[in-house]
Amino acid sequence: MYDVLIIGSGPAGYTAAIYSSRAFLKTILISGFTPGGQLTTTTEIDNFPGFPKGIMGPQLMLDMKVQAERFGTEMITDEVQTIVKNTDETFTVTTGNSSYQTKTIIVATGAQAKEMGIAGEEQFRGKGISYCATCDGFFFRDKQIIVVGGGDTAMEEATFLTKFASHVTILHRREEFRASAIMLERAKKDPKISFITNTVIESFSGDMKLTGVKLKNIVTGETTDMPIDGVFAAIGHTPATAFLKGVVVMDDKGYIQVRGMKLATDAHSQTSVEGIFAAGDCVDMRYRQGIVAAGTGAMAAIDAERYLEGKTTT
Amino acid sequence: MADITVTDKNFDEEVLKSATPVLVDFWAVWCGPCQTQGPIIEEIANSFAGKAKVGKVNVDENPQTAGKYGIMSIPTIMIFKGGTVAKQLIGLQSKEMIVSELNKLI
Repeated sequence: MYDVLIIGSGPAGYTAAIYSSRAFLKTILISGFTPGGQLTTTTEIDNFPGFPKGIMGPQLMLDMKVQAERFGTEMITDEVQTIVKNTDETFTVTTGNSSYQTKTIIVATGAQAKEMGIAGEEQFRGKGISYCATCDGFFFRDKQIIVVGGGDTAMEEATFLTKFASHVTILHRREEFRASAIMLERAKKDPKISFITNTVIESFSGDMKLTGVKLKNIVTGETTDMPIDGVFAAIGHTPATAFLKGVVVMDDKGYIQVRGMKLATDAHSQTSVEGIFAAGDCVDMRYRQGIVAAGTGAMAAIDAERYLEGKTTT
Repeated sequence: MADITVTDKNFDEEVLKSATPVLVDFWAVWCGPCQTQGPIIEEIANSFAGKAKVGKVNVDENPQTAGKYGIMSIPTIMIFKGGTVAKQLIGLQSKEMIVSELNKLI
């Protein structure tokens, strides 16, 4: 029987693990099949306090893992499939390979890049269509690329990709951008980046690999063919919470609802089920920052600890 | 048996002329998901010793091989049998996924 079972291995999961194992709670962390989470697909992280010269994303995540292991967190690489609350208020968590008994659960499964949902997308995945600029940019040296999206991620990826590509076109379905002023300005100033707005991709074309897209202007309805070597999707994220359907209350996008900061004395990370807490990007569609995820991970661990204390004293 | 280092030079010898199926992991040091894939590949190399060969191609150092097989995303795993690509897996893969694909080809 574990005191705390953590699902997820991004900054929220690892921070929760550091806090709960350091508080002498018997802690297990089930990492999923992308240990380290979204930050492992980034390069330099410049806004995580404590690293004045910046730190590489994969390195930061490895350090967090080692720190959690130092206090005795047990690490398992597996994916959780079901959660069942038992009559004695403990939980049975089943993975692909095994099952675990625990008194509390912290869900920190994060989010993953959204797919575009366009015909042919699956066919050209990894053959011109990518969801990770830092992973795949290297293969587009002196090539023409489209980045789809209008947020900070799109600007960041476009700017990063100019290191390799001969030209980057940012394609956005609206006129206005969600991206912060500083990120948008940086992209606009870049001579290798141009913008097409009010436009979407209607279809992909190519044989063995992607060679072109059909674009559609959503204001005029006009379509044009554009030869292209690569399309990078940066259209946002979707929370990795499908396995929790029917277990905890979520919004229509799949973000887990937690109690939040309504009362200063509340357990902010408490979900609709007593004993299940949630932290990080799977509850947060507004901030989506590593440091915020780490912070809410600490909150969830403290909430779980207090919940367990409450159980033993009553 | 651990995994072997496959290069532009030894690709024909180690992969195409191999008597057993060969799993090839295309990776690079700067690729975060590849760092996650690496230890999984090592485990597979050990558990399939004698039945299949497991090799790793660093795409930075071996552009010819990566180019020849049209690698545009890493990690990419290719399973070769009899000198041709029998299966291609793009993106980070779980151990279970790789094991099941490899078992189909042995």
